[in-house]
Amino acid sequence: MGMTITEKILAAHAGKAGVEPGEFVIAKVDVVMGNDGSTAGALPVWRQIGVERVFDPDRVVIVLDHFVPNKDIQAANLLAPVRKWARAQGIRHFFDEGRTGIAHIILPEQGLVGPGDLMVGGDSHSCTNGALGAFATGVGSTDLASVLALGEVWLKVPASQRFVYHGTPPRWVMGKDLILATIGRIGLDGARYQAMEFTGPTIAALSMSERLTMCNMAIEAGGKSGIIAPDEVTLAYVRGRAKRGFSCYASDPDARYAAIHEFDVSGLRPQVAKPFSPDNVGPVDEVAGTPLDQVFLGSCTNGKLEDLRIAAGILRGKKVHPDTRLIVIPASQWIYLQALREGLLEVFAEAGGAVSTPTCGACFGGHMGILGADEVCLSTTNRNFVGRMGHPTAKVYLANPAVAAASAVKGAIASPDEV
Amino acid sequence: MTGRVVGRAWTFGDDVNTDAITPGKYLTIRDPAQLAPHVMEGVDPEFARKAQPGDLLVAGKNFGCGSSRETAPAALKAFGLGCVIATSFARIFLRNAVNIGLPILECPAAVQGIRDGDTIEVDVTAGRIVNRTTEVTFEATPFPPFMQELMAAGGLVAFTRRRLGLD
Repeated sequence: MGMTITEKILAAHAGKAGVEPGEFVIAKVDVVMGNDGSTAGALPVWRQIGVERVFDPDRVVIVLDHFVPNKDIQAANLLAPVRKWARAQGIRHFFDEGRTGIAHIILPEQGLVGPGDLMVGGDSHSCTNGALGAFATGVGSTDLASVLALGEVWLKVPASQRFVYHGTPPRWVMGKDLILATIGRIGLDGARYQAMEFTGPTIAALSMSERLTMCNMAIEAGGKSGIIAPDEVTLAYVRGRAKRGFSCYASDPDARYAAIHEFDVSGLRPQVAKPFSPDNVGPVDEVAGTPLDQVFLGSCTNGKLEDLRIAAGILRGKKVHPDTRLIVIPASQWIYLQALREGLLEVFAEAGGAVSTPTCGACFGGHMGILGADEVCLSTTNRNFVGRMGHPTAKVYLANPAVAAASAVKGAIASPDEV
Repeated sequence: MTGRVVGRAWTFGDDVNTDAITPGKYLTIRDPAQLAPHVMEGVDPEFARKAQPGDLLVAGKNFGCGSSRETAPAALKAFGLGCVIATSFARIFLRNAVNIGLPILECPAAVQGIRDGDTIEVDVTAGRIVNRTTEVTFEATPFPPFMQELMAAGGLVAFTRRRLGLD
């Protein structure tokens, strides 16, 4: 019986010839990531474990992303011990403000994770890294502390679901729409405990930026991981970035799947997830005209350079609607610099948008663009649960960057065809 | 994750997410005791005032979906909840709960057979749930042996210390 790409990566890291779904393994970790919040949470556990040094300072990546620049005294006091600990441990890949970005964007961009890696991160969206053909999954702070000490993690081998996409996406339809349509079909727990393997001709033609977006949102369907087998697109992205060697795995033709889903994307419209769940999905036309107080363009889902380029292409020479606020947050310092050099940030500022240095921003309701009672926001982020971005009565719609830009101009949810 | 618990059941629906259990605005608070007064605030702002330590939380499928924030199970534990019984748990929440020793049980039949306000008795170790209001007994789905061993070892800190040869 053949194995899936996920089973092959887990077997290789557990030192076994093969693994079965449901089996528990202790696997070696190539890269472990902690962000500001999860690392702060891991430090007391680290002290309880009572170990002196991390297993390998070059395989640990610490990214301050949720509360940078320090948003208040409490955040400053939360981050200070993390900064001190990272320096004391000799963590080379330590990203602080002015050199940082959102962890899930930094790791691929800086070549810190590569094909065939086993990566765990102290954030649920760590599954983003699966776009490179790695097994990547999110964990909590206690797990993080344990992995930092051991360099290994306990895992239940997940069954895989195969998602096959056919057809050429119409104009304005992006990776975000493919994954929203997928979550809309299978639901918030449709892939609970399972690996989501994205494949098919549509994926083969998709850029790394779009692939990262798709894998980013695997967790919104309950997925343990999202993964795309490495191909020429992956290798072109990884070459010149990878800080370590890598291995390319692919699923066997006779690999076992818990389910196989087929999608034809050729007639797909841009998708929108309506309040209050990422699986409450419909075409943009269904909610077009909904007035907006705020549009948020950014996050680990859609704050990448390509996302900013698409949005700037729509906003160039136009103004953000006077009743609507636009917040733009590039997802990394490198993206910020490139966007600056390309004149994209000027486009956003000229249009009347607020542009911030890289940070997670308003996505999780902690910083930069919190919503008040009854306010309505269209956001390129990944979650729109009650109270996620601020007040519990505020409503968040999720969409791609083109819909976000068009909606900012209209002051209401709009298809990019309309502007 | 051992022992016997008796308390009042507080029922919730499907897909209770981590933003509802511990909202993001509290993410700079790391002391679970300080978070406990806000627990479940996103679904029921009065919950922490109404519920008592030892009470039980009964929810539908995919409990704890969303963020990896360990503040969610940590705040439930710090509040002193006796047990969380759900049809199913989201993966990272389940992992975090096992790692830190928050008592949880998966039991779809019990979720069907418990109403808000019922008095529930749970033997967490055996996975036996008795609805004392209706006198109906349910058996929870046993966790796989590896997870049971992890829980019996005292959670992930003890497990890690053992792997490192510190104990």
